[in-house]
Amino acid sequence: MAFRLKLVPEVTHFNFFRWQWATFGVSAAAMIGSVLLVLVMGLNFGIDFKGGTTIRTESPTAFEVSEYRAALTQLDLGDVAITEVFDPSFGTTRHVAMIRIGTTDETGSVSPEQLNQVEAALHEVDPEVRFASVESVGPKVSEELIRTAIYAVGAATLGIMAYIWLRFEWQFAVGCVIALIHDVLLTIGLFSLFQLRFDLTTIAALLTTVGYSCNDTVVVFDRLRENLIKYKSKSLFDLMNLTANETLSRTIMTGVTTAIALTAMLIFGGDVVRDFVIAMLWGVVVGCYSTLYVAKNIVLWMGVKRDWSKTQKNVDSPFSGAEERP
Amino acid sequence: MLQIDRWKRILIIGICVLGMFYALPNLFYSRVEVHNDAVKTIEQTGAETPELIDERAGWPNWMPSGLVNLGLDLRGGAHLLAEVHLEDVYKSRMDSLWPELRRDMSAERETLGAIRRVSSPDGTLRIEIGEPAGINRAVEIVRSYSSPVTSLTGAGQSSLSIRTEGNAILVQLSDAEKTASNDRTVQQSLEIIRRRVDEVGTREPTIMRQGADRILIQVPGIGSAEELKALIGTTARLTFNSVVSTGTDPDGPADVGQVVLPAADQPGFYYTIETSPVVTGEELTDAMPATDQNGMPAVDFRFNPTGARKFGNYTAANVGQPFAIVLDDEVISAPVIRQAITGGSGQISGSMNFEEASRLAVLLRAGALPTELTFLEERTVGPELGQDSIDAGSLSAIIATVAVAIYMVLSYGLFGVFAATSVIINVVLILSAMSVMGATLTLPGIAGIVLTVGTAVDANVIIYERIREELRAGKRVVRAINDGFNEAMSAIIDANVTTFIAAAVMFFLGSGPVKGFAVTLTIGLVTSVFTAIFLTRLMIIWWIEWRKPKELIL
Repeated sequence: MAFRLKLVPEVTHFNFFRWQWATFGVSAAAMIGSVLLVLVMGLNFGIDFKGGTTIRTESPTAFEVSEYRAALTQLDLGDVAITEVFDPSFGTTRHVAMIRIGTTDETGSVSPEQLNQVEAALHEVDPEVRFASVESVGPKVSEELIRTAIYAVGAATLGIMAYIWLRFEWQFAVGCVIALIHDVLLTIGLFSLFQLRFDLTTIAALLTTVGYSCNDTVVVFDRLRENLIKYKSKSLFDLMNLTANETLSRTIMTGVTTAIALTAMLIFGGDVVRDFVIAMLWGVVVGCYSTLYVAKNIVLWMGVKRDWSKTQKNVDSPFSGAEERP
Repeated sequence: MLQIDRWKRILIIGICVLGMFYALPNLFYSRVEVHNDAVKTIEQTGAETPELIDERAGWPNWMPSGLVNLGLDLRGGAHLLAEVHLEDVYKSRMDSLWPELRRDMSAERETLGAIRRVSSPDGTLRIEIGEPAGINRAVEIVRSYSSPVTSLTGAGQSSLSIRTEGNAILVQLSDAEKTASNDRTVQQSLEIIRRRVDEVGTREPTIMRQGADRILIQVPGIGSAEELKALIGTTARLTFNSVVSTGTDPDGPADVGQVVLPAADQPGFYYTIETSPVVTGEELTDAMPATDQNGMPAVDFRFNPTGARKFGNYTAANVGQPFAIVLDDEVISAPVIRQAITGGSGQISGSMNFEEASRLAVLLRAGALPTELTFLEERTVGPELGQDSIDAGSLSAIIATVAVAIYMVLSYGLFGVFAATSVIINVVLILSAMSVMGATLTLPGIAGIVLTVGTAVDANVIIYERIREELRAGKRVVRAINDGFNEAMSAIIDANVTTFIAAAVMFFLGSGPVKGFAVTLTIGLVTSVFTAIFLTRLMIIWWIEWRKPKELIL
């Protein structure tokens, strides 16, 4: 009964600022690196953002990508990309390929006749091939989707910033948002580095990361505020370290449970959501890191007011007042 | 804090039990689905065949029968995003206004002089009159066709915007009328698409307006987006027009008010017809597939009384002349009138197979789309891929839940068991809430549930870590637990509000799968706060009441 799995000792006294210049350097470098990666390598935009058609084929027999390509080149479809999809759960009787056909004309999607030609050509190469899904998005919609995606990430950021500003102080809001931008940039960088497919669900993953990263940060801030009230004369630097150490085991604990759940999804969830799960998993990892090494540091540099005596009452309301006291 | 009133305890347990009860149908998904379909059919048709009664008996009536609505990516089906060509309506309104204006203006030839329509951009009408002095009278005539706009925002404005330039009058729809017209066009298109899809009788199609000129159509279970497009993509505007001449030249002679159209069954053959129709498809009351006298597929139709009278008069006056049956700018046949057709019914035959005949009948019955549609987005998901995704999704959700539960028990012992129980009930509650709301579960939604499993314990972790600290500070067990819950509260609320903001943004700005993900995430937030704060606390209180612990190792 007494056994407890503990990843973090009960009481820790890490100085989270000892490496602050190094970590700051790493963070800054990673952010700049991500931007550079996106500029140089670009993102592997899905049809949601680029327009075009994707066809997912499934066949019980193995195939060669070159066979498919040979079958499709004679159709003169323009930009065609064929990738074989591997997944441990497929076994030897499932062979999946993703065929992507770029936009050919104004309407964007491939015409029904062309689609029939493609299907017929592939049937000739492999009579057992099935078309598990076919999706087309026109350029008009994809442009709008990009715009809405940017709005969405922006709106979420502003909304969270406003909330934190209301509940805490503006320095906290700035710290949290910089941490959040850090996480979003690094996630986009990862997608560029490994050329993972970047589509609408990736945006959903980014927004979840945004929520999660702030969630993490807010718990630390909440404790920091409590400590600011409790220890009026301690330096902000010491208080920050104290707070981070106090909340460290929670930060790690929640990070681990979330990572466990997402890893299960990563392994067993199939290839359709894999990129989505990778984005969230990575988001959780960088979210954890940025809580400890980005958000706090920003607040420390900006300083924060020390006289919380007036606001102490507000801390209990309006939300915690919902809970009755003994 | 550590006392909970009896009625509150009953409420907490009640919510959990109800949740399990309402989540239960999802375990027997296909059986409940068959039951629901049978109930619906019996309700609609009133016919209680033995098969239907059998199917209905597959699931007890007193049990809840709400199911989590599976999204297209899980069930398979087709998704289309259509754009309605609103401008085309302006054009046809102007084109149909011209014959009437010409008639009225010609009657006053002395004051107006010669009248002609000159070419102008689509959706506008430019009329030149011979006598510039008569321009005011001409404007008066045009104005008599303008009526007040009857929309909320445009009330009080007139429907036509009229300008003069020398001896020319420029007519177009006013902005208020355009807005009202757009609204009508989209509503009408929506209604007709719904009727066409319903005719095929698939389960729970989603047909809704999106933005100003878009319509989203999702039909589960349909084979492909192509099939769906064939069903709703055609305007199906049927008209009966008089034929002026026939020929083989697509640019053949045509006066204003006449048009050259290709023959559907004879390539290279063209008809010149009058654009204003004798009768239109709107005056049809019924259409059904049939066979003609040669046993070839055909469509029988019947006119309403006005249509029948117009058609009767026209055929009586034009015996021996051909008339054209025009469907979407193609002449499907041009029979010669042998005698006056007064019965109000007729037959369309031409080059079509039986499938096309029955589809044409469906289209004619449902009515014509007011204008053309373009498809901006098409997605088809095969049913097998959907099933694979469900299997993979549920497997990973189960593994994630078990793994997190084990980890919690290893970390917190008995309190970990409480947290693990909460997590499992949390998943059940998410499913039941989605079933009751009829929310749609998508593949990202399943990932959302899995993520919630990971974060649901967060509130518990915050509380437990706090209790640990309070214990280390030397507080007594009950006091430590009490303070732990209290102090953790504001952190839990703040943490969940931030995630909720992100979810709300996704819901309002996202579409399709992203929206589904946002819904699951939000439901998960609410249920996880409930299970972590109320349910776990109740379990801890029970434990305290039972064991009266003097010490606690957490």
